[in-house]
Amino acid sequence: MTAVIPQRPVGGRLVDQFEYGLDAPICLTWELTYACNLACVHCLSSSGRRDPRELSTAEAEAVIDELQRMQVFYVNVGGGEPTVRPDFWHLLDYAIGHDVGVKFSTNGIRLDKTRAQQLARTDYVDVQISLDGATAEVNDAVRGAGSFATATRALENLAEAGMKDVKVSVVVTRENAGQLDDFKALTDRYGAQLRITRFRPSGRGADVWDRLHPTQAQQRDLYDWLLANGDNVLTGDSFFHLSAFGEALPGLNLCGAGRVVCLIDPVGDVYACPFAIHENFLAGNVRSEGGFQRVWRSSELFADLRSPQTGGACTNCAHYDACRGGCMAAKFFTGLPLDGPDPECVQGYGETALAARDRELVPPRSSIDHSHTGPVRGRPTLLGIPSIPPAKICDENPLAGLDLR
Amino acid sequence: MVSSAGVVAFDPSLPWQKARSVALRPEPFGALAYHFGNRKLSFLKSKLLVVVVETLAEHPNAESTFTACGVPEAQRPAYVRALADLARSQMIEPRESSA
Repeated sequence: MTAVIPQRPVGGRLVDQFEYGLDAPICLTWELTYACNLACVHCLSSSGRRDPRELSTAEAEAVIDELQRMQVFYVNVGGGEPTVRPDFWHLLDYAIGHDVGVKFSTNGIRLDKTRAQQLARTDYVDVQISLDGATAEVNDAVRGAGSFATATRALENLAEAGMKDVKVSVVVTRENAGQLDDFKALTDRYGAQLRITRFRPSGRGADVWDRLHPTQAQQRDLYDWLLANGDNVLTGDSFFHLSAFGEALPGLNLCGAGRVVCLIDPVGDVYACPFAIHENFLAGNVRSEGGFQRVWRSSELFADLRSPQTGGACTNCAHYDACRGGCMAAKFFTGLPLDGPDPECVQGYGETALAARDRELVPPRSSIDHSHTGPVRGRPTLLGIPSIPPAKICDENPLAGLDLR
Repeated sequence: MVSSAGVVAFDPSLPWQKARSVALRPEPFGALAYHFGNRKLSFLKSKLLVVVVETLAEHPNAESTFTACGVPEAQRPAYVRALADLARSQMIEPRESSA
C-alpha cells in the first residue's frame, strides 16, 4: 500500500484544520509526579508512588524553556499530586517567568493560608481543586476519607486570600451525576467556577468504570443540563460524544489526541492524551534528542493521528459528524475498536458493541502503574476495601482461620 | 496585568493595533492568538489575516491596512467581521494616534 500524505484543506472550519494537527499543542497536560497522598479509585494515571526516573528540576526547566520557544502559552499541570514535589513552587515561578502560564490541579493538601496568599499575588496561575462529590459522603467514597474536608479547606483559604477564577474540577460519575446543581451552588459559595469532565476507563478508572460511569439516562440529563448551564461551566470540551443527542455542545467537538492535545508524564514520556497512558499511545520522550518539539512535530504516532480517520462502523450513522466517534481512550480501554462507536455512544451503539465483544477478550491495560502498595490513610471504601488491612487474621474475627473440628 | 481598557466597537476607519498583551503563534492555517491578560485564545483563519493584524499599527486605519496588504475588495466585509470579533475579544485594540 502506498502511504498517502494527507493534504490539509485551505480555509474552511477550524475543526477540520485541527484534525491535521497544530505546530504546537493548545492544551498540553504535564503530570509532574506520580506521587500522591490519595488513592482515588478512578485515578486516570494510576498514581500513588513517585517514580525514581521522574524529571529533575533542571530537566523540567529545560522542558519549560522549550515550551516557551514553541509558544505554548499555558500548561495544565497535574499528577499525582503536583504540589508534593519539593520543587513545585519553584517550577511554577519558573514557568510563569518564561511566558508559560500554569493551571494546576490539586486535591488541596498543600494549599494553606500562606500558599493561598502567594497564589493570589501571582499572575498567570490558575488553580483547580478536584472534588468528585458535592457532599463528603459521595466524594470520600471515591477519593478517600477526609479528602472533601481538605478540598473545601483549600477553597476557603483561596477565597479568603482573594484568589480569582478558582476552578472546582469534577469528574462526572453515576454517584455524583445527580449533584450538578449542588456542585454549582458549592462552587458559587466560594466564588469559584465549576468545571466538569468526563469519566474515562483510564488507569484505575478501568477497575470501576462498569460501576461508576453514568447511565444512559444520566447522560441525557447531563446533556440537557449542559445546554441550559453550559455557558457558565467549563468542560474541557470532554463531553463531545453527547453532541449526538442533537445540538452541538459549545467548544471543540473533536478528539484532540495528538492533534491539539498531548500529555508529558512525570518521566518525560509523551502520550497522545492524558487518558491514554499506554505504550500504544506513546509518541516519544522529552529526554531524547530534539526534545519535546521533535516528538510533537515528527513522531510517527502523531502523524498517524493527524491523518484523516475513517468512521469505521460509525460511518453510516447520521450523528457521526456531531460526535466523530467519541473518545479514543474510552474505546481502547474497554476493548472496542478505535474506528467504531464510543462505549457510551448516546445512540446506543456502544452498548451493542460492548455486548458483542469476544467473551475471551481482555481489554488492554497499561503496564504503567504507580498505585500505592501499602496502606494509605483514608483509602476510599467504594470497593469495600478496609482502610488498613488487619494485622492479624483474628483482628477481623476472633474465630477466623481456626480449625474448630 | 489585566488591562482595564473596556471593549471598543470596531470601526475600520480608526487606527488599530494588535493588543500589547497578545502574542501570535504561526500555524499552518494562519495563527493562534493568545491574550496574556484575559487568557483567551483566538484563531486567525488565514495567513493574510495574520499579516493584516500584524501590520495594523503601521497604517493610519484598518481600511488602509487592507489596501496595503492587498485584501481583495470582495473579501473586505469578511475581514471587517474578523477584526470586529478580534476587537470584541480584545485581541486588537484602538491605537492612540501617534504624535
